Amino acid sequence: MKKTLITLLLLSLAISACASAAPSNPNIILATTTSTQDSGLLDFLVPIFEEQSGYTVQTIAVGTGAALKMAEEGNADVLLVHAPPAEQELMDAGFGLDRFLVMHNDFVLVGPADDPAAIGSLPSAGEALTSISSAQAEFVSRGDDSGTHKKERAIWSSVDLTPAWDGYIESGQGMGATLIIASEKQAYTMTDRATYLANQDNLDLEILLEGDEVLLNVYHVMTVEPDNWENINYEGALDFANFIISDETQALIKEFGVDKYGQPLFFPDADKTDADLGVE
Amino acid sequence: MSFPYEILQITILSLQISAIATGISLLIGLPLGTLLALGKFWGRSFFLSVVNTGMGLPPVVVGLFVAMMLWRSGPFGDMNLIYTPTAIIIAQTVISAPVVIGLTAAALQSLDPRLRLQLYGLGASRWQMIWALWREARLPLLAALMAGFGSVISEVGASMMVGGNIRNQTRVLTTAIVLETSKGNFEIAMALGALLLTITFLVNWALTWVQQRGED
Repeated sequence: MKKTLITLLLLSLAISACASAAPSNPNIILATTTSTQDSGLLDFLVPIFEEQSGYTVQTIAVGTGAALKMAEEGNADVLLVHAPPAEQELMDAGFGLDRFLVMHNDFVLVGPADDPAAIGSLPSAGEALTSISSAQAEFVSRGDDSGTHKKERAIWSSVDLTPAWDGYIESGQGMGATLIIASEKQAYTMTDRATYLANQDNLDLEILLEGDEVLLNVYHVMTVEPDNWENINYEGALDFANFIISDETQALIKEFGVDKYGQPLFFPDADKTDADLGVE
Repeated sequence: MSFPYEILQITILSLQISAIATGISLLIGLPLGTLLALGKFWGRSFFLSVVNTGMGLPPVVVGLFVAMMLWRSGPFGDMNLIYTPTAIIIAQTVISAPVVIGLTAAALQSLDPRLRLQLYGLGASRWQMIWALWREARLPLLAALMAGFGSVISEVGASMMVGGNIRNQTRVLTTAIVLETSKGNFEIAMALGALLLTITFLVNWALTWVQQRGED
């Protein structure tokens, strides 16, 4: 019995040694936001990475809040998230090791075509939310502590408003589900452009406000500090991070969605700095 | 999430929705289950198989189906029911009714067939006989009720899809657990899970007490 086990062990070692470039730990847990998953970007990039590197990526698409928490508790190896202030906090607290700028897209305010709060003609997101608030129009918030929700709250507090009227509801769900709810209720919501474009066909909503600088949605890739936990696959995490910011992948990101939507969903930024994008 | 008001409100809503759905399932399930168990008609075993399959309906599939019916683009869109507690009740009834029907039928079929002959022999009318059989099968019938309640108080897929998990409106315990988990608030999620289990236990304890009364 023992002999058989040892033989099997040696055999499996031999096999894994033969598979030339096979990584020592082939599984990477990627914690990311629902927006990268719902827009289809990861379904496009991850298979390419897996083929090139031999890793298997387990993508867990959650709100940014949960993704950051997963990093803190050692339940993820690498993050692709979009909440720069919260990310910086995590880095400062020593839970992350490397952090690179990847890309951005932007948030837009969408709503019913008849635009009851008349935000379409307003110059800034802050003024648009103020107008929605004073019109007591229906607004669906993510309410899930995600990157999108954090951004929405930041804009509310920038205009010194606390949204609390009957028409302001919290879905507590991902962007795709929240857009469906907003569409069904003919309510306003704030969404990242990528998820909106990817779901546009099923939605009765229009982009009413875009282009305000505060609506920039910046994504970073972050590796989890391996010293804190035993099972972190740092090697894999770094390989993935380097893949995402490589010139080839950045070119792919730039092209992603153009054939389908006539415009890119994400804009590659690996050659820029946070300051270029106005991120603190 | 604000304590304790919001948790109380979510808990009461969960109980209300699941209790109403289970109640409707009982109203549908008791007669239909009796018919399937005792009736003699063509296709009976086929319908029984359909019901037994329905006992394993995935809540998320029921949710999708009910949502498609209730969306503004769906056939019942004008009723404005999507993302209301009523929508969750509808979906949960679809989930629990087959459980109650199927277990009712099984409960009545497990009774000794000679009991029916005897009741007829004693001159019982059809309704008197059914009443007597229900009384005789009250243990498994209450078990059917508990299984029906258990199938809906614990489901999340349908509640999420047709209810929308909207704060103060359609957020129930299970969808709140999903939300707190997605926020990374694992402690609160666990606490809500413990609360859900406690409530399910208390309800089942009450029903079991009724069931076992006079049995000891």
